[in-house]
Formats: sequence, structure tokens, C-alpha cells
Amino acid sequence: MRHIISILLENEAGALSRVSGLFSARGYNIESLTVAPTEDASLSRMTIVTSGSGDVIEQITKQLNKLVEVVKVVDLFEAPHIERELMLIKVRASAKDRDDMKRMSDIFRGRIIDVSEDTYTIELTGTGQKLDAFIEALGRSAIIETARTGACGISRGQRVLRI
Amino acid sequence: MELSGAEIIIKCLQAEKVEYVFGYPGGAVLFIYDELFKQNKVKHVLVRHEQGATHAADGYSRSSRKVGVALVTSGPGVTNAVTGIATAYMDSIPMVIISGQVPTHAIGLDAFQECDAVGITRPCVKHNFLVKDVRDLALTIKKAFYLATTGRPGPVLVDVPKDVTVAKCKFEYPETISMRSYNPVVKGHSGQIKKAAQLLIEAKRPMIYAGGGVILSDAAPQLTKLVRTLGFPCTNTLMGLGGFPATDKHFVGMLGMHGTYEANMAMQHCDVLVAIGARFDDRVIGDPAHFGQMPRKIIHIDIDPSSISKRVKVDVPIVGHVPDVLDDLIKLIETGKQRPEPKALAAWWDQIKLWKTKDCLRYDRKSKIIKPQFVLEKLYEITKGDAFITSDVGQHQMWAAQFYKFDKPRRWINSGGLGTMGFGLPAAMGAQLANPGATVACVTGEASFQMCIQELSTCKQYRLPIKVVNLNNRYMGMVRQWQQFFHGNRYSESYMDALPDFVKLAESYGHVGMRIDKPADVESALKEAFKRTDELVFMDFMTDQTENVYPMVGGGKGLTEMILAEEL
Repeated sequence: MRHIISILLENEAGALSRVSGLFSARGYNIESLTVAPTEDASLSRMTIVTSGSGDVIEQITKQLNKLVEVVKVVDLFEAPHIERELMLIKVRASAKDRDDMKRMSDIFRGRIIDVSEDTYTIELTGTGQKLDAFIEALGRSAIIETARTGACGISRGQRVLRI
Repeated sequence: MELSGAEIIIKCLQAEKVEYVFGYPGGAVLFIYDELFKQNKVKHVLVRHEQGATHAADGYSRSSRKVGVALVTSGPGVTNAVTGIATAYMDSIPMVIISGQVPTHAIGLDAFQECDAVGITRPCVKHNFLVKDVRDLALTIKKAFYLATTGRPGPVLVDVPKDVTVAKCKFEYPETISMRSYNPVVKGHSGQIKKAAQLLIEAKRPMIYAGGGVILSDAAPQLTKLVRTLGFPCTNTLMGLGGFPATDKHFVGMLGMHGTYEANMAMQHCDVLVAIGARFDDRVIGDPAHFGQMPRKIIHIDIDPSSISKRVKVDVPIVGHVPDVLDDLIKLIETGKQRPEPKALAAWWDQIKLWKTKDCLRYDRKSKIIKPQFVLEKLYEITKGDAFITSDVGQHQMWAAQFYKFDKPRRWINSGGLGTMGFGLPAAMGAQLANPGATVACVTGEASFQMCIQELSTCKQYRLPIKVVNLNNRYMGMVRQWQQFFHGNRYSESYMDALPDFVKLAESYGHVGMRIDKPADVESALKEAFKRTDELVFMDFMTDQTENVYPMVGGGKGLTEMILAEEL
């Protein structure tokens, strides 16, 4: 099953490789991994999308907690949560396709953030599924380039991940 | 007053009351060695290869409960040390390794003797640091000692670039330390301990299975008390030997791949199992699916939550410092009115005694060729079971574990997790330095011994009167055994031709060498060797080439699928 694990860790050189090294050494899956400093610059927040049985996820969280630089770990799937991913996608938009492409972007609540003679660059956020659906709807031939951030998530309501 | 980084390192080691540093100098650590030279509180032991430094620091730690410290140079110095670091990591041994690094401005430029020490060691240390600023040095070393010794212990590496050893700053060694990201659980959950006590009292076929965690946390007195209070059978893992007295009537022997028949059978057929400082390793329980066929309740006490429910699902997990948890558990049982039902327990013991009649460790005592088991029995007798025994890896290691009855913790020193050949001799050096005047013997084989044979020179330099018991069967015995059992007797590359004359070799290093060919000479040779309390004696026992370690659970097999001597 798919899980989103959020980690607060010391914002230190090498911390990322300890986490990614743990996943590769123990054969755990990483679907996506995002990391950036938090409002407290001494801490980074990492979001890992992984998959595995309940036992595997339990081991993953235990092993992550064991890493000295990891401060806190939560599995967002344990409670209601919100998940978002950002995609920048450059699509073909020459004269005859231009209006269609604009409409398609609007339908998916995308924003066109760069325009050239033959292309649009669209910014789109949503769940991974929504981004997949957009790609599907455009069709392979319309797409020139995509850049996706991987998922980032946060719990709903009172549940927080902070020190 | 400002001190240089090199001075700070030495001051920190002094503050940590480090007695010995095992190391080997080189370019990147020259300033540190210069400071070592100027003082005499921290003694340096010059090994002949950095692998020896880490194993010696490891053996020192295992035999003394102190932190083992190694000092190596950059590049090949640290890569040579990796085997020893990984060995310590697998067995959770508290060690601090200080490695030199090329100057900060040269890092990443493929400088001479540069390697990414932090990157290379990352998967085999509890934690590691690269110190880029001399002002962080003292705090980092404090953290290293703190991390190495608390929670589940392990090796910590501190990589120090050469310019950092030269740079100066004000020195202050922190008294205490706290890290927001590192707070190991100490106290066991009282509700869980209550549940465990209840399960133990209701058990009809109980079993106590204790591992290396008991040794590392110094919980042998508590374990012994628990077992004797309850009257339950107790088994130790390879790493746990000595955690419970082997001569006690409750001890059923080591369990696992080469465990006793009775220990493995009891482990499989018990209804309540208490795992203490153990991790259901593949060499201990074999195939987890086979192990899981039998219904039983499992209580698991361990400092490391990730060891719990890793290979085997447990019913009552208790995370905490083993001696504290056991104290709480004993108190609950002692103050409670209930006791395990004596009738059921007696029936269980009858069953175990029946299993014991298999006499699974028997061997041919009339053999005209020296049987390795016989040598170990005699070693036990002559040292009165009171020696520090280190071993290498292979058949001799298993026979030592089976035939030397360890009554005290920290007397049995071997590489259980990583299985590092070459561990025995340098580990014995560490054990001898930590326990001057004590009897230290290294049980080894001719293949393992040659992996760190150069340390014979170190033994001479520091006058370490280790007794080397070499069980020489001219084979990599355990490899040969597997090839015999599972590879159709095709002894692919497990025979070693052109062995040295070990007697002459020992003599050339300035030690005493003895060669023993006949069973009748075993006892007298051992007596003679152990009389020489101020010399290293290398005893080369020419043993039976065909002898196998029994019982044996084949790789991936179930714990009770044992090959016994009679079946072949």
C-alpha cells in the first residue's frame, strides 16, 4: 500500500544521504522524495512516498527514527491529510492548438506561466493522480517537457509535525 | 588559551579517560600523532594494519565495557578500518574511530589519500561526522562518545581534515550533552511489563532466549536472577554466551544453526518465549515461516525498537534498557503471589531432558587424529573456564561456542554478526590490554588466522602473552562442510595449499611455537603453553580434516530441521 512519510530532520550536510541510503540498503521503495528547510532553518522537512505492507512501513518508520539526525517521523496515512504535487509542463501550442491548450489548462485549474511562439508552460498543482490525469488528457504528442516535484503532504486539522 | 585541533583531540580523549588508542599514523594525522607523543596519559598501540586497529579497539571494548578507540589516517587508512567498523556495527560495540582527512580546501578534488570516509562508512556506523571547523571539534567528539555508548551502542566515526588539526580555538569540553534528535528510550513501559509477567506466570512451556544485548547492557545478574526465580530453561545466542552461566542447570546450551538439539527443540515448542536483547537472526531461528508454524506468545525486550517485529512478529514488545526492564519484571514476579504451575513446568523439563539424551555434541573420543572438540574441552579444563576467549570465524568458532562453558559475561569475544575472519588475534590484543594479567586465548583456524597474522608483530612489541589455539585442518573448514553437505563434496577452493610452518613463523616474530599432532599430547601442550604467562604461545593443533560441526540447521531451513552426527 502507498504511504506518505513526513520527516523532520536536522538541516545538515549528509542527512539526505542517510535517509536515501537507508532506503536503498534495506530495499525499501521510494516513489518520490522531496526536501526543503522549514521556517526553522535548522530543520528540514522531507516527504517520502513509499509503498509496502504494514510490517514494512512499520520497519521503515522505526529505521528512520533510529537515524541520529532524524527528529520526528509521521506516517501521514494514519490520519486525514492533504497531499499536493507541483508540475511544470511545457506543451506544444502553435496557432491552431493554442485555444484548446488554454482551455485544457483552465479545466485542470492550471496557470500558464510562460508563453512562446509555439509553446505554453503550465503550472499545475494537485494530487499525483490529478497531474497524471492532465498528462493523459493532453496526450503524449502535445508534451515537450515535464518537471514534477513529487508529493508533499500535511495532516488535516490539529495533527501537526513540529518539535 | 587557544589549542590546536590536534591538541583538542588528545584533551578530549583524556577527558573521556581513554586508556588506549589503537592506530596507525599517516600524513593526515601527523599533527594528532605529534600531540600523542607529547603526553603519556593516552597510550597508543601501533598495529600492523588498520583492520587490526579497529578489531583491537573492538576486543578491548567487548572485554571491558569501555569505549574502544581507533585512530587511522585518511584514504587507505580508513578503508582498511572499514571491515573492523562494520564488524563492531553488526555486534553493536561502542567504538569511536578518529580518521584523518585531507585538508578542507582539498576535499572533493581527488587529493592524495583522499576518500569520502563519511560516505564509505555511513552504512556501517551508528553515526559519523566530518568536522570542518575546529570550533566544532570538542563538541563533536563528545557527541561521538555519547552516541557510541547510549541506546543501542555502536561505532561512531569522526573524520578530521588535516587543517582542522592545525587550526586553533578555545578549548572547552562539554560536561553533558543533549541532542534533540536523539533520545533513546530507557524505561520499559510498565503496562507491557505487567503483561509480560502475567504471560510468564501462566506459561506451561516457557523458554528464555537471551542475546548479545544482555552482555552489552551488563544485564547478566538480572537475567540469572530471572531464570532462577522462575526455574525456566534458558538458552543463549552466540553473542549472548556468558550472559547466563553455562554450568547452571537451567542452561540448555546455545541455540541456532549450530545450537544444541534441546535448545532448538525447546525454542520451537515453547508456548511462551522471552527474547531478551536478541533479534531473531537468521542464524538463530532459521526460516521465520517454519518458526512461525508453532503457536506461541512472544515477549521481546530490547533497547532498539527496530529489532522488534523485524523478522518475527511479537506479542508483547518492551522497549527499554534490558537490566532496568528485567529489574522491574523480577520485582513484579517476586511481589506477586502467583507462581508458574510446578506440574506443567516439571513436565516441560522432562521433555527437555529427553531431548538432551540425544547427546548432540558427542564426537569420537577414541580418534587417533586430534578432534577439535577435544582440544576445546581441554582448553576449558586447563583454563578452569576463566579465560577470555576470542575467536575467528568458522568451525573453530562454533566448537568454541559449544564446548567452552562461559559462566561470565564478556569472556566470549567473537564476530557474530558480520562473521569477520581475522578478528580473533587483534581482538585478543584488545582484551589482553584491557585485562592485564588475565588469561586470553584466541581460538582460530589456519585460514582465519592468516587474515590478520601481521598482528603477531604488535603482540611482540607490547608483550601480549596471548595463547593462540590454532585448529589446523588445512581447510576452510566451514566452507568445506557446506560443500560436503550441500555442494556434492566438490571442495571448490576451500583447501589451502602451501601453508606456512606456523611454529617457525611464530618463532620468527619472537614468540613460542608448538606443533601438536597426537591426541595424547594435547593436554600437556596446553598446560605447557598456559604456564608461559609472559609469552605468546602459538599452538598449532593438527586436527581431523573431516570433522563437521553438529548439529547443523542448513541455510534457510527450519530450526528443528537439524542434521545430527548420526544421520551421516
